[in-house]
Amino acid sequence: MYSSSDLKKGLKIMIDGEPYVIEGFDFTKPGKGQALYKCKLRNMITGSLFDRTYRSGENFEPAPLEERDMQYLYKDEAGYVFMDAKTFEQVILSEQTLGNDHYFLTDNMEVKVLMFGDQGIGITLPNFVNLTVTHSDPWVKGDTAAGNNKPATVESGYTLQVPSFVEEGTLIQIDTRTGEYVTRIKE
Amino acid sequence: MTTCPDATRAARRDNLYARARIIQQIRAFFIARAYLEVETPHRVPCNAPEEYIEPVPSAGAFLHTSPELCMKRLLAAGYPKLFQLCRCWRHAERGTRHLPEFTMLEWYASYSDYLDLMHTCEELLCHLIPTGVLSWQEHTISLKPPFERIPLAQAFTRFAPMALEDTIAADCFEEVYTEHVEPKLGIAAPVFIYDYPTSMAALARTRADAPHLAERFELYIGGMELANGFTELTDVQEQRQRFNAALENIHPSDPQSLMPEAFLAELEQMPPSAGIALGVDRLVMLLTNATEIDAVVAFTPEEL
Repeated sequence: MYSSSDLKKGLKIMIDGEPYVIEGFDFTKPGKGQALYKCKLRNMITGSLFDRTYRSGENFEPAPLEERDMQYLYKDEAGYVFMDAKTFEQVILSEQTLGNDHYFLTDNMEVKVLMFGDQGIGITLPNFVNLTVTHSDPWVKGDTAAGNNKPATVESGYTLQVPSFVEEGTLIQIDTRTGEYVTRIKE
Repeated sequence: MTTCPDATRAARRDNLYARARIIQQIRAFFIARAYLEVETPHRVPCNAPEEYIEPVPSAGAFLHTSPELCMKRLLAAGYPKLFQLCRCWRHAERGTRHLPEFTMLEWYASYSDYLDLMHTCEELLCHLIPTGVLSWQEHTISLKPPFERIPLAQAFTRFAPMALEDTIAADCFEEVYTEHVEPKLGIAAPVFIYDYPTSMAALARTRADAPHLAERFELYIGGMELANGFTELTDVQEQRQRFNAALENIHPSDPQSLMPEAFLAELEQMPPSAGIALGVDRLVMLLTNATEIDAVVAFTPEEL
């Protein structure tokens, strides 16, 4: 159990039966008045963000969350299917839940799935993933407006900025935390 | 990425130099006006009982939350004008504008009232900022005296969706005040908010013509509360009653255990006086264009 004075950025608490993470926090106390704990809270299931202010002496349940090592299997109509390699238990996460992360999944990839009870609510990817460029216009010499970068689309459908020398068919490394190009992979 | 501690210290170098200069200028200001600089104990048997200020225990006693009681005992002993720059401790107060250990400037003058204090605030700020213009974040704040004076109730009428008395009745004064009123105060020029309800002023004298109001004010600059001052309550019986009311809420089982009896015993000797507490860290924030209190101290509690 947490109390108001435990609230801080990064803490995960239960509100109305759903897990929330505190993304912004400030303590304030006007003059001789009561302390206020101002929180920016993100619902860890829906992703929605809202502000709430608490007073001293309020209590909070920690959000019962667990990270499990799983393997990405495949995608079907129900969503993205992951499996616990030890128990063979499977969980399905929707594209909406995964957000941009779904672009960086490759077959049999080892990820950490964040579980709220038996519900998967998010994943942690490896920091780097290699994907093949499937479409990128050739760089036009003299086009300095865009600097030395140009857009490219990779096999998963994700589009990012790459250096002008990257051509279709090139395998590139992407940082999954920022979604940005890192380097060319020589095969 | 974690910042190396040396880098944190280096990034604050200019602010720490500015801080030292500001503190020297504050001293010079009060010494030039014949205020006596005093030091009173930081570790005390009890503080002024206030419902929302929690003292830090220290080996059977407490660290002071403010030097207020000792300063007033010196007034009672016949020292007419006093100031002190000291560290104060308030349990679990930590935010972008709060440190649980912070630096306070307090000054007191006999035979004066809260209007005189407002005047001294104006003089002090003009002394610290001779150009008369303070640039803080996106604000350009003119320090030309006199600063605007707004009664608390009127500040609610002007800036809040609810009236002051309605927020008190609905028990949401702090929420509405910090959300709607505070951020608007002292943006183009400093503002004094005054005439607080007596219930919000544990040690202030009530107005003779309006006993439901206390002669208390706060100074705001850039939406930030900088100082809290008032005409001192000198009526011993009334002071005891107000302490009692606070202690009933703090220590219902043993309300008398923390009654500042030594202070009450000497209060009768205190001439009519006024005193004020100003947050030095926040003042340094304003003068160094800092948005977080962390940027103006050598070490935060988390860095120890």
